Amino acid sequence: MSSVTSELSHPKSKTELFVVFTFLALQGFGGVLAVVQNELVDRRKWMTKAQFVEEWSVAQVMPGPNVANLCLMIGGKYFGLPGAMAALMGLLFAPLMIVLALAILFGGVADSPTAQGALKGMGAVSAGLIIATGLKLSTTLPQNPMGMRTAILFAALSFALVGIFRFPLIWALFGLGIVACFLTYRALKQLPTTLDTKPKSEEP
Amino acid sequence: MTISLSPQDWLDFFVHFASLSLLGIGGAITTAPDMHRYLVDERNWLTDATFSSSIALAQSAPGPNVLFVALMGWHIGINAGGGFSAGASAWGLGLMGVALSMLGILLPSSVLTYKATKWAHQNRNLISVRAFKSGMAPIVIGLLVSTGWLLSVPQNDYAKNWKLWLVTFIATLVVTRTSVHLLWLIAAGGLVGATGIL
Repeated sequence: MSSVTSELSHPKSKTELFVVFTFLALQGFGGVLAVVQNELVDRRKWMTKAQFVEEWSVAQVMPGPNVANLCLMIGGKYFGLPGAMAALMGLLFAPLMIVLALAILFGGVADSPTAQGALKGMGAVSAGLIIATGLKLSTTLPQNPMGMRTAILFAALSFALVGIFRFPLIWALFGLGIVACFLTYRALKQLPTTLDTKPKSEEP
Repeated sequence: MTISLSPQDWLDFFVHFASLSLLGIGGAITTAPDMHRYLVDERNWLTDATFSSSIALAQSAPGPNVLFVALMGWHIGINAGGGFSAGASAWGLGLMGVALSMLGILLPSSVLTYKATKWAHQNRNLISVRAFKSGMAPIVIGLLVSTGWLLSVPQNDYAKNWKLWLVTFIATLVVTRTSVHLLWLIAAGGLVGATGIL
């Protein structure tokens, strides 16, 4: 890893990874991603926003559950395979126990109007959390090698494609993705010097 | 619902999830239609209602949404054991269903992701690797916003849903402007919702 910033922290042990991811997972109502970003980037400072976006790009493109991919990538970065397993187990184990307990107790979703209402409210909030995560991460776009305008254009296009026109996600990932990667490739090639400057360009 | 599963059936069950693991780009939930086709329509291992409630429960409980797969495995195991009231043998099969379905959906994709990440890390100075990571960044940021957007506008019933949108909007604003802990926001959303005004 590059010695990017001295202020970046990191997990001390596999146990810490397991515990941190357990707590992350237990806070994730309606998806864990917003919590992962908030906790690991904003609070614990294990990585910068730009590093988080890079990891998430890979996790999103690889098949399988995205957040599981992200956790095992982060765990693996610090402690190799055992770290990946610790993070993944942390993500899955406690929530799995809760979900099974709920299935046994209720046999399905609780259908009292109060519980339904609460779920609706929590759902609306977690939609906001995901949008906010996207907006926060979009502050990394000006440093994109493609240039700020092109990067913002691609973000807007992928939002419109999936959010407004309801195309399957895979269209944005592969259709737009290939074009964006190609443009980035060309931009990076024109600046061969950046190859040697290891620290990420988002450095203040 | 009572069913019986031979060892061969359990193997098929595992292989089904394992093959979907590598197809689920964009999350395991994208393969739910195929799970429905196989588990409910083709093999009759799950009822339609149990299938849907597994997804709904996993989405409303804390933790990653992929746990809906574990719930399906649990219900199929319980069904194969003669129902929940059949006791320890049914619970054992339920747990086996959980283990097989989760291993199936996670193992192939995790191995692939782990290997690919390792390779990408070793070759992180290649222009192609850097182009991929930086090039995909705007796309996945746009997708994140659209995921939240789609969650907040499930139906285009403007008159009925404006309050839900307002909650989403306020949550977005609070998260981007302040550093309030997310758990408080979720709790507040739950409380407001529980009063029934949404």
